[in-house]
Amino acid sequence: MIFEKVLNKWILFFLFLIPVLGFIFEEYYYITLTTKVVILGIAGIGLNLALGYCGLISFGHAAFFGLGGYVTGIISYHAMNSELIFSWPFIVSGSSDMLVIWPIAILSSAFLALIIGLLSLRTTGVYFIMITLAFAQMLYFFAISWPSYGGEDGLSIYMRNSLPFVDTMDPLTFYFICLFWLLVVIFISAKLINSSFGMAFQAIKQNEERVKSVGIETFKVKLLVFVISGTITGLAGSLYTDLNRFISPSVLNWQMSGEIMVFVILGGIARLYGPLVGAAFFIVLEQTLGSYTENWQFWLGLILILEILYVRSGILSLFEKKLKYEK
Amino acid sequence: MTSILFFEQLLNGMQFGTMLFLMSAGLTLIFGVMGLINLAHGSFYMIGAFSAALIASLTGSFWLALLASLSGAAIAGVLIEIIIIRRLYRRDHLDQVLATFALILLLSEGVRWCFGAFPLYLDIPKNLNGTLPILDDIIYSKYRLFIIFMGLLIAIGLYILIAKTRLGIRIRAGQNDRQMISALGVDISKLYTIVFALGASLAGLAGAMIGAIQSVEVGMGEPILILAFVVIVIGGIGSIKGAFIGSILVGVTDTIGRIFLPEILKAFMEPASATSVGSSIGSMLIYILMALILIIKPSGLFGKT
Repeated sequence: MIFEKVLNKWILFFLFLIPVLGFIFEEYYYITLTTKVVILGIAGIGLNLALGYCGLISFGHAAFFGLGGYVTGIISYHAMNSELIFSWPFIVSGSSDMLVIWPIAILSSAFLALIIGLLSLRTTGVYFIMITLAFAQMLYFFAISWPSYGGEDGLSIYMRNSLPFVDTMDPLTFYFICLFWLLVVIFISAKLINSSFGMAFQAIKQNEERVKSVGIETFKVKLLVFVISGTITGLAGSLYTDLNRFISPSVLNWQMSGEIMVFVILGGIARLYGPLVGAAFFIVLEQTLGSYTENWQFWLGLILILEILYVRSGILSLFEKKLKYEK
Repeated sequence: MTSILFFEQLLNGMQFGTMLFLMSAGLTLIFGVMGLINLAHGSFYMIGAFSAALIASLTGSFWLALLASLSGAAIAGVLIEIIIIRRLYRRDHLDQVLATFALILLLSEGVRWCFGAFPLYLDIPKNLNGTLPILDDIIYSKYRLFIIFMGLLIAIGLYILIAKTRLGIRIRAGQNDRQMISALGVDISKLYTIVFALGASLAGLAGAMIGAIQSVEVGMGEPILILAFVVIVIGGIGSIKGAFIGSILVGVTDTIGRIFLPEILKAFMEPASATSVGSSIGSMLIYILMALILIIKPSGLFGKT
């Protein structure tokens, strides 16, 4: 039983240890799995800002994850077959450089989050949950019926996008690229949460009316949190495309939104490292149960229901030593 | 030619809309009375369809199968309400969303376990097979007309149930003030179970009726569930009237939009790109409709502000 801060250090330690062990023992599969955990963890940390800290229950974060993924896929697809993305009003060609792709993926996710946020944040409660879900579904159906980029079959990119000086096709290198982003995202989130802006959005979760009454424009605060949250999830989507070298509409599906939400809840809501632990637990469960039974989702469902009905504060809380004044 | 096509598509939209109504009526009732977001509502649609397919294969009777879909989904509804859902009423929306999301996984995999991964088929009864001439030169599928008829019948039945019966009074009272009616001596937890089972059985019936024209398979409930969410957001959460109008609106817009948008766009652009752009936008049309309505009226057409 230990405190959260110590626990977080252990998590980071394992994030360095496991892939290095995988490399030494030439078990590359484990590196890929850990990469997946890191990427999905980033997506979850993004959602956690809105959902965990600000109380914005977005059931549509797959939209940002998918958009980040599709932007990455489309840009590198055009670089591969050297067609222009569009030639009017100005010429834009594809690229396979991560340094070009990341900013575009990040900006487009931010823009999408701004639009969805502007519309959805007019509503609250159940309406907000459903409207964010509906926007994500809208993109999902668009991706399915838009034939240029594979439609329902998805889009393959044969080579992982590149970075100067390193070989991104090497699993360990790519892993450390993702880990780098994870650390950046954790750093930014921690700074945000402890800033005055962070105090404002965490206060909104508790009582929006009171925050309004001290003169804070809560709509703007919520919108900004939503945009930051969507942007981080979009970045994860971009990395995910590069990991799989494939993107399909299924990452835009509502189940993806549900899964990202599950990472947040499983790990422990409004905990910085919670989504990462949730994603790790999810992947481990998928791998171990999946090797015994095809119906592993049945057991996942059961575990989730038990978690929500009885544990309630996530996996991390099971390891955590309670302070005396907390009960 | 076009007017015939239009009329046919209008009927298709009506048929789709009335089935959406069966789904969204239960969803909106459950939310209105118990304050529960039930993502697992699509699972009852699936359970209804599978119960119907099972009974149809055992007895060969479509009508018994319809009965089985109602009762199968209702029984599942009662059991699940008592074991799990009941504990969620006091929780916040997030817990409800996650628990019912988990329930979808559980029920979908459970059904896959029992029935296997292959789709089942449910046959339309002989006397509903074939077409019926409606106006001079318009012929339309008897079965689809039957679906519209059933949908309207149930809408009227629900109206009578809610507006005229003692149970209806309790349901409406529950929507207005839960604590007060339990203080007045109404057995609230029994009322909740009844409302949940009613919603589940309507979804089950819809699943069986649609299962006969499509296929009965795991995961069939979720696409229509999300449309039902769009419907109740448009109609106003908690309002049966809103659910009815929203369902027809969504059903007709979706069907007509998918067919006619590419045609309309062909007037402005070359045919190939008109088809792809038209079908893409057509599939997004109801979501655009929803966004527009929420911009004008954030609580839906008939929602309480």
